[in-house]
Amino acid sequence: MELKNFGLFVLWTLFSFSQAGELTFELPDNEKQCFFENIDKGLECTLEFQVITGGHYDVDMELTAPNGKVLYKDVKKQYDSVTWTAEVTGIHKFCFSNEFSTFTHKVVYFDLEVGDEDPLAFNNDAQQTAMTLMETAGQSIHENLNDILDDQTYFKLHEAQGRAFAEDLNHHVMLWSISESIIVLLIGIGQVLVLRSFFTEKKSSGLHVPLMTNS
Amino acid sequence: MANMSLQQIFIVFSCLSSVYGLYFHIGETEKKCFIEEIPDETMVVGKYKVEIFDKNVNDYVPTIQGLGMHVEIKDTDSKAILSRTYASEGRFTFTSHSAGEHIICLHSNSSAWFSSGQLRVHLDIQVGEHAVDYQQIQAKDKLSELQLRIRQLLDQVEQITKEQNYQRYREERFRQTSESTNGRVLWWSIAQTVILLVTGFWQMRHLKSFFEAKKLV
Repeated sequence: MELKNFGLFVLWTLFSFSQAGELTFELPDNEKQCFFENIDKGLECTLEFQVITGGHYDVDMELTAPNGKVLYKDVKKQYDSVTWTAEVTGIHKFCFSNEFSTFTHKVVYFDLEVGDEDPLAFNNDAQQTAMTLMETAGQSIHENLNDILDDQTYFKLHEAQGRAFAEDLNHHVMLWSISESIIVLLIGIGQVLVLRSFFTEKKSSGLHVPLMTNS
Repeated sequence: MANMSLQQIFIVFSCLSSVYGLYFHIGETEKKCFIEEIPDETMVVGKYKVEIFDKNVNDYVPTIQGLGMHVEIKDTDSKAILSRTYASEGRFTFTSHSAGEHIICLHSNSSAWFSSGQLRVHLDIQVGEHAVDYQQIQAKDKLSELQLRIRQLLDQVEQITKEQNYQRYREERFRQTSESTNGRVLWWSIAQTVILLVTGFWQMRHLKSFFEAKKLV
């Protein structure tokens, strides 16, 4: 009986999908990417998104409920967090749009959490006994650590954003310095050549005027 | 006995309900990539399920035989650490050996030349301690609830430590990049001023000798 239960557990965990998902993907310019999730009525959900790299770090986001009601719609946001309680059971859809951008592609991170976290251990007892002080403390530490991990992710993303910008800046400084030096040299040589050509033409057209100032 | 069957029904129901994870649509020949920035020695578990759009039924149905997904995972140095084709429903796992951005790419192994059908891909990627299955550990090591909770807290704290070490390394890279930019701005300004002065002097000297040769001065 234990083995059969264990086997069913393995099967469940092997192909079950958790009700929380975070993904980081690249959104090319002029494109829209939609994600769908089946949410049951009454569950409280949180969707958080952040633009990591690209252009002005902004993206359009739209969240639609199964009955067509628009739960959230905003344009050119860098970061936002939406919390809502599902009114209808069904497929909720959220779309990120980069259609306003002509050539910058964006890297977008989002984190969708549906309902409460799954309980840690499968309780074999038929009745739920009240939690001991240790168990309560354990639960509370776990929730705090979850918050720490979420904050770490937030800071990691902001740091990635800053670092990507700094690396771009470094690369651009190099490119522009080299090209400016080449331009200065070319203009310098070009000026001399053009000036020489003025006087060479005058000579060939016979307007050469020697200036003899000293006797 | 009645308790056992109730549990089994629960398992079956949760099996069915959790079949719908997060999903998105891609074309049959399209490739979709996801980025995971992770510290080293971190385990990542990905599960996917793919369905194809059937025009006759006007709905998404489990794919025909032979259609699977090719999963390719590249590490920080753009070296492929996993490149395999799985069936229409699959699970892939890898452990990072270097800290940084890993890219997970999925595309179907369809032999169509142009994008003919739409695919619905259910995807779930779990990183680090989220990837650990505590039910399995409890059953395997026969731990009590409290012991399991302590195990989970230990895993979480370990992940926090790894992330903070990674954060140190990234901050150092950021600082190096900023210092390099500072150095480049300084040296290139000096170099450009020198080039400008040298060009100016050369111009004057060349023109002076040119005019003297032309007997204009």
